[in-house]
Amino acid sequence: MKARVTVTLKNGVLDPQGKAIEGALKSLGVEGIDGVRQGKVFDIELGTADKAQAEAQLKAACEKLLANTVIENYRVEIA
Amino acid sequence: MKSAVIVFPGSNREGDVVRALKSAGSQAEKVWHAETELPQGTDLVVLPGGFSYGDYLRCGAIAGRATVMDAVRAHAARGGLVLGICNGFQILCESGLLPGILMRNANLKFICHRQFLRVERNDTAFTRAYAKGQAIDVCVAHGEGNYTADDETLKRLEGEGLVAFRYSDAQAHITTDANRNGSMNSIAGIYSDKLNVLGMMPHPENLIEDLVGGTDGRGLFESLVSSFSRAA
Repeated sequence: MKARVTVTLKNGVLDPQGKAIEGALKSLGVEGIDGVRQGKVFDIELGTADKAQAEAQLKAACEKLLANTVIENYRVEIA
Repeated sequence: MKSAVIVFPGSNREGDVVRALKSAGSQAEKVWHAETELPQGTDLVVLPGGFSYGDYLRCGAIAGRATVMDAVRAHAARGGLVLGICNGFQILCESGLLPGILMRNANLKFICHRQFLRVERNDTAFTRAYAKGQAIDVCVAHGEGNYTADDETLKRLEGEGLVAFRYSDAQAHITTDANRNGSMNSIAGIYSDKLNVLGMMPHPENLIEDLVGGTDGRGLFESLVSSFSRAA
């Protein structure tokens, strides 16, 4: 089973990297960009075929390591 | 006094910390991150600076969950002293021993320069050798030192006197110019609730000898050694 975990900064947390990318896009002449927030994507292979078990394992992975929940949110998608 | 300096893959300031501890009168030994216990009789644990695990995922995230950190947490829970410098501060935040997080510097640059800090209180095991409100001349070298916490945490740190050091000018004034990484409330270091865990971004271990331009960092190591001999 494959899964994708997306970790993003919470609203209101300053994202200087996103701001720098936004500035770079503007300087490249890419139009219509109102804001950029940078995040992380993890593609994960799971041994189980049980969706509920996979969800529990991914939640543990996110809470224990993948996301710092002080500043980040995470989203889990199971393929 | 016995100090254990924890070494992770990518730590690089452990040698200087050991030297600073020994020169202040502590025994100091390096301890590998995969150990499950601290050496018998450890009084102080130091998490040194560097780039543990190449700063992968988030600075300090992987080291914060290393095997030895369970022993460090237990040591802290018993009231044992823990000092995290630079990457060590990031590890303390990621391991849950200190609140908040160190984000990318607001100007997006790695900063590396001499830096004055204002000593916020001198009644802790780490700062007895300084005066309250004194500006000490140390240095910083980091890309992610922008201290960030939610409003509630910040209010608690301020209200309970848990801010250890702030970025200041040479006269101990807190100015925007002195706060080059953009930290909230110019925070350069914080204590745990019981004042036995200190995390700080600047490097006191770099400034312990006149030969390299200053000795203001010595006070922190001498405070630790003297407060320990007092307790013993």
